[in-house]
Amino acid sequence: MKLKTFKIGGVHPDDSKLASEEPIEQLPLPQTAYISMAQHLGAPATPTVQKGDSVKVGQVIAEASGFVSACIHSPYSGTVTAVEPHADLAGNMVMHVVIAVEGDEWLPEIDRTPDIRREITASPEEIVAKIKNAGIVGLGGAAFPTHIKLCPPPGKKAECLILNGTECEPYITSDDRIMREHTEEILLGATIMMKALGVSRGYVGVEENKPAAIAALRSFAGKYPQIEVVPLKKKYPQGGEKQLIDSVIRKRVPSLGLPIDTGAVVQNVGTALAVYEAVQKNKPLIDNIVTVTGKCLPKQKNFRVRVGCTYSQMLEAVGGMPEKGAKLISGGPMMGKAIVNPEAATLKATSALLVLTEEETRRKAESNCIRCGKCADACPMGLQPFLLSRLAKVGGRFDELEQEKVFDCIECGCCLYTCPANIPLLDIIRPAKAQVTKIMKSRPKK
Amino acid sequence: MTNKLIVSPSPHLHSSNSTVSLMRDVIIALIPAMAVAVWFYGLHALMLILVSVVTCDLTEYLIAKFLMHSEKPLADPSPAVTGVLLALNLPPAAPWWIAVVGSIVAIAIAKMTFGGLGKNIFNPALVGRVFLLVSFPVAMTNWAFTQTAMDFSAFGFGPQVDAYSGATHLAIAKEGLAGGASLSQIFPQGQFTWDMALLRMGGCIGELSAVALLIGFIYLLARRVVKVTIPLTIILTVALISGIFSAVNPEAYTGPLFNIFTGGLLLGAFYMATDYVTSPMTTKGQIIFGVGIGVIVMMIRYFGAYPEGVSFSILIMNCVVPLLNKYCKPARFGKEVNNG
Repeated sequence: MKLKTFKIGGVHPDDSKLASEEPIEQLPLPQTAYISMAQHLGAPATPTVQKGDSVKVGQVIAEASGFVSACIHSPYSGTVTAVEPHADLAGNMVMHVVIAVEGDEWLPEIDRTPDIRREITASPEEIVAKIKNAGIVGLGGAAFPTHIKLCPPPGKKAECLILNGTECEPYITSDDRIMREHTEEILLGATIMMKALGVSRGYVGVEENKPAAIAALRSFAGKYPQIEVVPLKKKYPQGGEKQLIDSVIRKRVPSLGLPIDTGAVVQNVGTALAVYEAVQKNKPLIDNIVTVTGKCLPKQKNFRVRVGCTYSQMLEAVGGMPEKGAKLISGGPMMGKAIVNPEAATLKATSALLVLTEEETRRKAESNCIRCGKCADACPMGLQPFLLSRLAKVGGRFDELEQEKVFDCIECGCCLYTCPANIPLLDIIRPAKAQVTKIMKSRPKK
Repeated sequence: MTNKLIVSPSPHLHSSNSTVSLMRDVIIALIPAMAVAVWFYGLHALMLILVSVVTCDLTEYLIAKFLMHSEKPLADPSPAVTGVLLALNLPPAAPWWIAVVGSIVAIAIAKMTFGGLGKNIFNPALVGRVFLLVSFPVAMTNWAFTQTAMDFSAFGFGPQVDAYSGATHLAIAKEGLAGGASLSQIFPQGQFTWDMALLRMGGCIGELSAVALLIGFIYLLARRVVKVTIPLTIILTVALISGIFSAVNPEAYTGPLFNIFTGGLLLGAFYMATDYVTSPMTTKGQIIFGVGIGVIVMMIRYFGAYPEGVSFSILIMNCVVPLLNKYCKPARFGKEVNNG
């Protein structure tokens, strides 16, 4: 059978799914937890607790501030010892709530039994409210607050829900594990979101390299006939929102448009699990699954991690930093962020801690562009990275950069990955894109 | 945490692509054609290849090192690719100094004056060849050869031909037609037979075997070094034009198979027109480029003064590449919306 995939560009890095057969384990609770108030892009949340307050698991410790924002719940029980700035993974100072962890006492209304609650009684409005109050953000990476995506802007109508189970980033296996271990919960989460959106069609896109997850999801096909499992070709960035919509329903998000313009709402499978837990079990988003992996590590793990652990704690749980370890990455190797400060706290949307050796991640010396066009062939947005980088390097040529649609760049890194001359294309394009986007936003709206 | 951490922007991995490996693949792809040349023409062909490669490498090294003050002169095998291609475009009896002159022109003038790899407008090997063709027309169109004392016949293999003095098939056709003969008179046995695709005398040392060139090209396709677009459009255009002309007047115009398998068309289409640096970067541009080459080749072959026109047509289309790159954009993802 011919597998579906997106049509433009893409690359095929080795998928290195080393941890795919490691069942999810609970990461031990830390003694001191640091909960960042900046869980996503947009305004940081406003702390509602003070030094000395005692908190329980599930209790609200910060309110959303602004439209693109979500509230934060305590993942721990204990005492707030400080509300102060700490360095995040990049070393920037961000407000954190620091909790001295004492025991593990949960709010009583949270259902901690393993039973699956299948009956969806909440109305669409109640579902959205519950999701908002549970502080759920997209767990695919960008951590965009989920309730906003479930309320399409006026004039736009959702037609289908697409669950993103592609996990196209090499190494990461957390979504694979939850699709296998929490299959029905994910499908219930999807059903709940479909109810909230008022749509009757749902899809789960899964890359072909996860046959067990595809089989698990398909085993529930009889029970959830409205959700179709769509196996997809292994090609990066299959999990990009625009690429996934193209792959699954053959519609393309317009340039400068929104996914909803195609009628599709995309949510990560991890988000679906969180939605199920929030709506059916009253559990706010306080933990998620994080893959700790790397070829140089003695063990590979998929941990259930409470928000606010440190990266170094996760690393210790697999035996500490290996001798050859040279780069720590939060997320996958294609779009993840290099960690400056291993003592930084994990966030709601942290999906992986990847350890690479110098050899694996070394950037080779740059040489002349040989005009092979491989970057343009690899670009999933149909851009010409060689041209964008040349314009960006000259400096000041923002009009041309805009004409060449630099704003469409999704920063997937395919161009840099593929360039035989090792030109750091994305490094050059990224700041130019930021500048052009800023200029475009500053223009008065017609 | 004693390790020093590397911190850099994403992506954190790189593919195995490198300029070195791509160029090396082109050389590997040309091995069948080189092997056939050496098998057929003896050690003289090997000498031409080696002299060209060494001269190209040396020229590039000296210029990069002493004129451009490059820290890493000869960082990749691209001058060797130019050397091999130039040698394969020489007649079998070419003297060694022809290879030296052609190589120096190719590298020094066509490549390094523009700034080295990636900056040149014209295919260096073709500039070298055309320079030789117009400067030394006699030596460059002398297709005769005699087995030298260096040949392999002493070892019991090699072709059973002592000498061949004929001109290329294209030249035979051109001269015959100019002399008023019809094609059936010029080629009483037919202009094309399939054994010509396997081995065909008369022509440059790299043009001997279409099959050898095709094997190398399939290797390049399999390794994803080149795409089929440019060679395919060239061949289809040549086939179409010669198909129409020969259908209208089969006695005055040579047919598609003859035009595809004789002369340097396949060598040019597979290995010279696909040169990254001097060919367009988008599929649309590549199609126009290929069609342009095909049209010009046929115009030169049918109506020009030279019997062969592959080198000229590729060089002419090289000039158009910057324009094609400017106006032929890849298909973008998603239509534009006007949201003010």
